[in-house]
Amino acid sequence: MSAHSTYQPTNPVMKWFESRLPIAGLIHSSFIAYPTPRNLNYWWTFGGILTFVLGVQIVTGIILVMHYTPHDTLAFRSVEHIMRDVNYGWMLRYIHANGASMFFIAVYVHMFRGLYYGSYKAPREVLWILGVIIYVLMMATAFMGYVLPWGQMSYWGAVVITNFFSAIPIVGESITTWLWGGYAVGNPTLQRFFSLHYLLPFAIAGVVVLHVWALHVVGQNNPTGVEAKSSQDTVPFTPYATVKDGFLMVVFCVFFAWFVFYIPNYLGHADNYNPANPGATPAHIVPEWYFLPFYAILRAIPDKLLGVIAMFSAVVILAFAPWLDTSRVRSANYRPLYKQFFWVFVIVCVLLGWLGSKPAEGGYVIAARILTFWYFAHFLIILPVLGLIEKPLPLPNSIADSVLKKPASGAPVAAGAASPEKRG
Amino acid sequence: MISTLRLLPMALGAACLIAATAPAYTAEQIAPPRQSWSFSGPFGMFDRAQLQRGLKVYREVCQACHGLTYVAFRNLAAPGGPGFSSAQAAAIAAEYQIKDGPNDAGEMYERAGRLADRFPSPFANEAQARSANNGIAPPDLSLITKARTYERGFPWFVLDIFTQYQEQGVDYLTALMNGYEDAPAGFTQPPGTAYNRYFPGHAIAMQKPLSDGQVEYSDGTPATVDNYARDVAAFLAWAAEPHMETRKRIGFQVMIFLIVLSGMMYFVKKRVWSSVH
Repeated sequence: MSAHSTYQPTNPVMKWFESRLPIAGLIHSSFIAYPTPRNLNYWWTFGGILTFVLGVQIVTGIILVMHYTPHDTLAFRSVEHIMRDVNYGWMLRYIHANGASMFFIAVYVHMFRGLYYGSYKAPREVLWILGVIIYVLMMATAFMGYVLPWGQMSYWGAVVITNFFSAIPIVGESITTWLWGGYAVGNPTLQRFFSLHYLLPFAIAGVVVLHVWALHVVGQNNPTGVEAKSSQDTVPFTPYATVKDGFLMVVFCVFFAWFVFYIPNYLGHADNYNPANPGATPAHIVPEWYFLPFYAILRAIPDKLLGVIAMFSAVVILAFAPWLDTSRVRSANYRPLYKQFFWVFVIVCVLLGWLGSKPAEGGYVIAARILTFWYFAHFLIILPVLGLIEKPLPLPNSIADSVLKKPASGAPVAAGAASPEKRG
Repeated sequence: MISTLRLLPMALGAACLIAATAPAYTAEQIAPPRQSWSFSGPFGMFDRAQLQRGLKVYREVCQACHGLTYVAFRNLAAPGGPGFSSAQAAAIAAEYQIKDGPNDAGEMYERAGRLADRFPSPFANEAQARSANNGIAPPDLSLITKARTYERGFPWFVLDIFTQYQEQGVDYLTALMNGYEDAPAGFTQPPGTAYNRYFPGHAIAMQKPLSDGQVEYSDGTPATVDNYARDVAAFLAWAAEPHMETRKRIGFQVMIFLIVLSGMMYFVKKRVWSSVH
């Protein structure tokens, strides 16, 4: 996907094929010879982990569909059929249900890594925006997937989320009816959500290809934020990145398996083991954990329409980060003020998530308003202003310099004596 | 700028403080006491005798109003369950009348239960269940231990990840069965309800279901409400998660495999990168 391939097949069959469709050369230049900065730390392995989790979700999902019935009277029972009667059905379903959460854990690490190291800055704006599109598609897919078991939280979650659209003036009610396929959430809603839940992951896979393509055009950012300049700064993707990504992927699988096999229902809601009942509203309708910060923002705003706008804006604003951040220094390692504000922003997001799980009353609402303000201020005030007033630390001349020399003294060290492994 | 930085944590701290002092849930729930279960933790297994006693309590008490419609009689003889033989499970099934049909004459008929059947529902439909029970249908118990929980709160909900505490629903049910008591002074009991210490809002539509000596135990276990409650809760934990033992066993194998593999991957990674560092 990047530079001209250096791949030279020796096998006559491969030579014949390569001159007609150079796919082996494409793979070779993208995933074998591709130069990757030598100083990438483990936060850079989450792109590979995300691709892996997407694959897991698609494979388990395809098998689950073989046993699932998308009908309001049968969906809940068919999920129990999977859990009880299908061979290893419990494993497939628990992998798929927890896999959604793992997907979001990995994507949040991936996104915060991008924010910390300024990976969204020129020339990586399109790469970043493609990532935001994947994130939005993931949220839509996860939401519709959660509706499919047709439990109480599935049903009422669908009611709450689809009702957002009724906040649109004049046409809101019509749009909601159109989305539902009726005058309430019901079987038509379930069936279209099922159809879209099957479709969207493949759309995600398509955008992932564009995301990787864009990445291989502009090259990876790295902890110094200084572009790779020479072959001194990079190592070939294989074996260096593959083995490092592979190692952390297995470690991530340990974490994943802990949830799947030991606490499979920890991240779910007990109420979703009650079949959907349109006549009984649960005491607290709470979305899945990965939506909670946005749910807190929604409920922090007293006006329904403005709340919905604020919630969607909280996601969309990410796409504008490349232009809101006025600093030319990418990595927070060289931005003393931004580094602090970054961690404050992380805490704000976590607290918003916690507030999203709490009832919208009293002090919780006040706290959610303060944090919502901070969330937007981070993008609209802090990012633009910091770039103007902050005095960044001196950047290393090159990646190789930063790895091979001690950054503080700048005294050269013999490469063989190997400075301690740099993690950022 | 520095002063702003000082203000920052203060503002955040204030936000947290406001949130922390916010009123708790309106329908507050008392946390049930934590029980010790044979099936908790990474190596947990069901106590076969306990599940068999629990089934007895279900059949002699709960079954009058509550279905168990996702559980099949064959499950009673499946590995990781109450440990009945196929013949024993078939004998239990035969004690039930199952509606089947239509037959060749186009008529529905009743026949003795078989291993492939599921526990029949005590009511023909939900409307009948409601009308027979003061307007509230008794819930099916197949998933009840996973469908009920209680608020753990910070920091317990974080620690639960590490301690693998998954028995909130079982603890709650045990407490609920033991939680019938006289309403405190000043509590207005809605008509048709009973006071229960652990039920959210305390007014439960189910009257006290268990009393000492109600079910005869043949294995010498004291016939107390507390034992009935534990045994039936354990039985329902199995009913909700019949493959739990397999899950935990495979989980341990997966963990061993992944941890060894990650160790090996670490050394491969170190070796590959040794020329770069």
